Amino acid sequence: MRSLSYLLIGIFFGITLFKSEAASWFRIYEMFAFDAFHMYGIIGTAVALGILMVQAIKRFRLKSFYGEPIVFCPKEKSVSRYLIGGFLFGLGWALAGACPGPMFTLVGAGFIPVLVVLAAAVLGTYAYGLIRDKLPH
Amino acid sequence: MDWIMEPWPWYVSGAAIALTMLLLLLAGRNFGMSSNLRTFCAMCGAGRHNDFFRFNWKEQRWNLMVVLGAMLGGYLAANFLTADPAVAINPDTVAELETMGFASAGRAYLPEELYSLSALSDPKSVALLALGGFLVGFGARYAGGCTSGHAISGLSDLQWPSLLAVIGFFAGGLVMIYFLFPLIF
Repeated sequence: MRSLSYLLIGIFFGITLFKSEAASWFRIYEMFAFDAFHMYGIIGTAVALGILMVQAIKRFRLKSFYGEPIVFCPKEKSVSRYLIGGFLFGLGWALAGACPGPMFTLVGAGFIPVLVVLAAAVLGTYAYGLIRDKLPH
Repeated sequence: MDWIMEPWPWYVSGAAIALTMLLLLLAGRNFGMSSNLRTFCAMCGAGRHNDFFRFNWKEQRWNLMVVLGAMLGGYLAANFLTADPAVAINPDTVAELETMGFASAGRAYLPEELYSLSALSDPKSVALLALGGFLVGFGARYAGGCTSGHAISGLSDLQWPSLLAVIGFFAGGLVMIYFLFPLIF
């Protein structure tokens, strides 16, 4: 039953990514070229509403559907890992025009070459795991 | 119901993404897609020789269901909820992309030069897709999250590290299209 609810949330998310055109390489290029408000509007709306939602959950100590407390884990303090890791991610995001969520959506939408991107992303994750001890964090 | 067949405006899209995060929080989970890539590595047995992938991936099954849903959602949206897949980007952007060799700009959902089946027989296209994907996977794990985990979940929780990561995302994206695209395309 719980699995089905995650599947339904995923379907809603996938439809949203495709219909918002956030999964389009062209929209990502247009965003980085500062040629349109569209992507900034999407991220801005999501974050503005997200802040209200998180604040509401914290203030009213809302419980999950299953009666458990909702906990937020603070991200570990660092500067280099976020800036360097984020920079590398951004290079790839602009080149492939897809971040991880849209990759899955585009596979479902039938764009076969996205499988190359997805496989390479798994490989990139694996490569990080292999050399993470040698990287500044 | 005609609106659903059209591209969704940014305010509907942004609200729908926030709702996705809220539903996952209310289910007791955190919204983050790139961690699934680490789960894939663990499922393939990477934990046998590397600590980073040594965890009980079965606890991540819920997120794999979200992934499966995101794929199904893409299938449904592309096949049943879209009248015209062409993405109406800024005409100036279209003109710019055409001079760079992207003839499909303004007429397709993804550039045919990279994402059509015939692009798979072009070594340069495949190399670029692989390089882009590799950087996304490597960078997301290095930064501890991607667009969903940092830009949406992290910023919504007012986390400074997520703001740093998002600054990194944009710095990387700008360097790619302003400095590297002229060399690549």
